[in-house]
Amino acid sequence: MCLAVPGRVLDIGEKDGTRMATVDFGGVQKEVCLEYLPDLQVGEYAIVHVGFALQRLDEESAKQTLELFAQLGMLQEEFGDPWEQAAAAGGDPWPFADDPGPEPEPTPVLAAPQEEVQP
Amino acid sequence: MKYIEEFQDPALARRLLDDIHATVTRPWALMEVCGGQTHTIIRHGIDQLLPELVELIHGPGCPVCVTPLEVIDKALEIASRPDVIFCSFGDMLRVPGTGRDLFQVRSEGGDVRVVYSPLDALRIAQENPKHQVVFFGIGFETTAPPNAMTVHQAKKLGIPNFSLLVSHVRVPPAIEAIMQSPSCRVQGFLAAGHVCSVMGVREYPELAARHRVPIVVTGFEPLDILEGVRRAVRQLERGEHTVDNAYARAVRPEGNPAALAMLEDVFEVTDRAWRGIGVIPDSGWRLSERYRDFDAEHRFSVTGINTREPAECRSGEVLQGLLKPHECEAFGTLCTPRSPLGATMVSSEGACAAYYLYRRLELGTVPAAATAPTAASAPLEASPVV
Repeated sequence: MCLAVPGRVLDIGEKDGTRMATVDFGGVQKEVCLEYLPDLQVGEYAIVHVGFALQRLDEESAKQTLELFAQLGMLQEEFGDPWEQAAAAGGDPWPFADDPGPEPEPTPVLAAPQEEVQP
Repeated sequence: MKYIEEFQDPALARRLLDDIHATVTRPWALMEVCGGQTHTIIRHGIDQLLPELVELIHGPGCPVCVTPLEVIDKALEIASRPDVIFCSFGDMLRVPGTGRDLFQVRSEGGDVRVVYSPLDALRIAQENPKHQVVFFGIGFETTAPPNAMTVHQAKKLGIPNFSLLVSHVRVPPAIEAIMQSPSCRVQGFLAAGHVCSVMGVREYPELAARHRVPIVVTGFEPLDILEGVRRAVRQLERGEHTVDNAYARAVRPEGNPAALAMLEDVFEVTDRAWRGIGVIPDSGWRLSERYRDFDAEHRFSVTGINTREPAECRSGEVLQGLLKPHECEAFGTLCTPRSPLGATMVSSEGACAAYYLYRRLELGTVPAAATAPTAASAPLEASPVV
């Protein structure tokens, strides 16, 4: 929840007198409020936190971060089913002192961001 | 154990590490404030790649973890009411209150819903005018502006059945409290980048000067952490203590003016209790007088709930950097993610959860190949990260 995720603005509209956008996060699209970045334009990237664009980000940084988050499974954590995640919370039994075993490797469920043609 | 080859840019990570190794001559203790940074550090073994002289101490920057038990109990009480739709971010579902959590409230018939954005909760209120819709407003300076905007919208649109259970906290007073503790060992801070995306850096120069600690604004990716450590160590070795922005791609010095204006309109600064730590003066926000009607605590008369926190959970010491998670007697036995004593074990940004998830039993086992400086390395004078 604390983490903010970079996304790319796909389109901009208005809802209840508020500037809103559809933002793409490496394949997942969400409705995002632009009131805190009122001059953000279609095609630009921003750091988005709980549905609000908070700061503009350059495209290269945004794509690198999105790719990393996808590899680490963090996009799934942010946009996946929270009830499934809560039900699964618990992990493996402890301790692992005698047999540490392999480190858990999250499966990247969401695709890394694709190269996109700028509008 | 993670290796440097797994970094996004191993060559750059190597150069940053080499520079840190070449710079450090004395022991230094740095605190990373944000729980997201803690997870990056543990996941990538950054603490084990650093010179032994550089210690990373985990800070209190997990909003779920610092939410007091009595606020969780208030949330559970409100969420149990038949006329209430209780909305929350997903990472609050398994945070233990006294005896149960929101996950269990839902299984017992409570209408608990997870939303991506607080505006989703407002939409639910518009669609369910016969229900009271309550949003669980926790979080630091990054999350407070979205929640502020949502309350502002509720007032503007005249949505009477929406309210906010507020438990927002502020980072700078926590840094102040940590520095004032007699047992404090922190000599420098890696400040939470996204908090500064909103707030800017205006609150930090005075803190850095008064306590003579460097404060380096730092991002969340592995290379960001290494760069933050590099800059903090450089300052410490030179006897400097200034504010440095190592996350300039996402942090403007002035922050986000529109978000700051909304915060000032909707909230006012108040004393707030932090789980396991106690009350820190001026460390939180509550709804300002103009928006007090939207305060769920008053609307549902739960202000009288006062819960004593269990003594066996030592998360307060973990949150203050006085205890590493695996040093707690309950870690992995009495306290696991399936049966947590405190939020630090269950939150996705909690320090105890990081140690459990990445199976960190002990510190200090460093692969020699990952730490030996390379002969070809050269000190970095300019930041390659920002």
